[in-house]
Amino acid sequence: MTRDRQPPETDSFSLLKELSETPGVSGQEERIRACVSVHMAPLVDDLRTDTLGNLTGHKRGINPSGNKVMLAAHMDEIGLIVTRLEKGFLRFAPVGGVDLGALPAQEVTVHGRTELPGLIASRPPHVLTQQEREKPFTKAELFIDVGLSADALAESVSVGDFISVRQNAAELGNGQATGKALDNRVSVVVLLQALRLLQQRSHAWDIFAVVTVQEEIGLRGAVTAAFQTAPDVGIALDVTYAEQPGASAEEAMPMGGGPAIGLGPNLHPVLRELMVDAAERTEIPYSNEVLPGNSGTDAWAMQVSQSGVPTALISVPVRNMHTPAETVALKDIERSARLLAETICALPDDMSALALDSNG
Amino acid sequence: MDELLEKLSNARGVAGQEGEVRAILREALFEHVDELSVDSIGNLIARKKGSDTARSHRVMLAAHMDEVGGIVMRANSDGTLKFRSVGGLDPRILPGKRVRIGEEKAPGVILRAPHAARSGRRVMPISDLLIDTGGAGGIKPGDMITFESSYEEYGALLKGKSFDDRVGCYMLVELLKGAYPCELVGVFTVQEEIGLRGAGVAAYAVEPDAAVALEGTVADDLPRQQDISPTTELGKGPAISVMDRSAHADRRLVRILAETAAAHDIPWQFKQPGVGGTDVGSIHLARGGVPAVAVAVPCRYIHTPAALMDPADVKNTIRLVSNALSGPLGRPLRAEWSEE
Repeated sequence: MTRDRQPPETDSFSLLKELSETPGVSGQEERIRACVSVHMAPLVDDLRTDTLGNLTGHKRGINPSGNKVMLAAHMDEIGLIVTRLEKGFLRFAPVGGVDLGALPAQEVTVHGRTELPGLIASRPPHVLTQQEREKPFTKAELFIDVGLSADALAESVSVGDFISVRQNAAELGNGQATGKALDNRVSVVVLLQALRLLQQRSHAWDIFAVVTVQEEIGLRGAVTAAFQTAPDVGIALDVTYAEQPGASAEEAMPMGGGPAIGLGPNLHPVLRELMVDAAERTEIPYSNEVLPGNSGTDAWAMQVSQSGVPTALISVPVRNMHTPAETVALKDIERSARLLAETICALPDDMSALALDSNG
Repeated sequence: MDELLEKLSNARGVAGQEGEVRAILREALFEHVDELSVDSIGNLIARKKGSDTARSHRVMLAAHMDEVGGIVMRANSDGTLKFRSVGGLDPRILPGKRVRIGEEKAPGVILRAPHAARSGRRVMPISDLLIDTGGAGGIKPGDMITFESSYEEYGALLKGKSFDDRVGCYMLVELLKGAYPCELVGVFTVQEEIGLRGAGVAAYAVEPDAAVALEGTVADDLPRQQDISPTTELGKGPAISVMDRSAHADRRLVRILAETAAAHDIPWQFKQPGVGGTDVGSIHLARGGVPAVAVAVPCRYIHTPAALMDPADVKNTIRLVSNALSGPLGRPLRAEWSEE
């Protein structure tokens, strides 16, 4: 396939804005997949969608050995789902780890027969007792209001319809950006920008760039994608907690300090060393993220696919995780993309170089 | 519904910084009134002579320009801001919200630490919350903070910030376009949300014979388990206050409004007594006392970035007050209401 056209957008913020604002709640990734597909198609040799909805771009390497690296960045976002219609209002349940404390008065989009703007409704403080005002809302106290009568609502919305957060992305000061679903659209940008960098580089390995589905509800897309791809090496791309007031100091990574490279039982130590070396060699700042067990990322699924896959993890620090006000330092995205591209180029021709013990 | 309402809703103006709203109103009013002036605290006062020159009867209509919001207390070196509310903000709805800061409208977000929900079931007080601007320069203590939100149609309703009380400002402009027998003084007040500060000063200066505050008021009509009076309900017409936390309404004015509504087939409702307060609280105590009443458009989720109201309620509130001014409200009140 000849690459006769350049991708439509190369600026990281514009790309992030488009991806962030496109809805894609876990289980309903059609629109975000179509959006990613447009951007990925010019960067890969082949693009396909599997049974669950994972989108895989295949970019061939120069070597004939057939080694494959799978990159996994999930495209789904946390959201809500309609559970009941009640007197012209909607009841809902979370899809994924929604932070209820950041929902009240937030605008949403209800993906019914048409897309309806709505908001998370709650009783105003004016009518509550002091005691009631001091308690956080419980799910039972919250509704979604789309401004329609009960009859009109029933015509437009059914139980089971998805609801996504409605929030535009914007630039903050100092090269930071804010928006919804930065978990994990940030990593989709990292993936796309790395593929763009690799257009100018020669890499030995075949790259399977997988944009996965249903990560937020249990890494489900990565399970089938890893099986299907049968990679020799896996690299997961996700976000992690950035330093901020209220975040635990040992778990939070510096904002603007470059990618966080995962460290722990989920991550292959030799592969990790190769990635750290690539960062050191190319002077990309990074931090080490210690993950004592389940990393909560697609790396957890890839590591145990088929007979096992050496897996690494690159995470971009994000503040206000799982709220509509996630923020990111754009330079962390660009550095993560560079680190990913450098790591891919450094993958060894001979898999024995990644062996845990030198067996002679 | 109307370009003016959209402009007013989107405009930014917390108590003490109402200039942007005042400028929009001046522009909208100047060709419809006889006199426009601004007093020392910032109230915009629009005067319109009456057609009945034989009788002297002055009616004051009041709507407040200020909205609830915040103010920067301190800019930290890491790009975060300490802030306080200006007026009644509900701390439960703040985490994760987008805001605009200062005259430059610098964007910021209200921080929400990861898994804050797990660290105990309590509401973070506003004094513990931080705004993150990423480190935008030029922000200083005293800068105003407003919700980022924009006016739009939303199902059958209208959505926007600050309908409390920009809908009152909008209705007052529309009413000032009419001609009435009485002298009409429209007062766009300041600092209502921090204690009805502007209205008292204006009422002293205007010396009205009767006054009506035009408001966007609390609607509390969500479904719920127990049968509780809903304060007001959307779509059921203007809400007339008989008693709230700030004042008892003058019963003659309540009756004039109710009878005018009946005569003109305008739906209306009483606001559940005891909830909220309006500029009537200051106006009715001005000088030796002023007969006053509040009439309001019901708004869901007031004091949040996205309030909802029914455009029919807006139209009906304007119709009600306009017809009342052309009728009994435009004439001197009887000393005591005779029960006939």
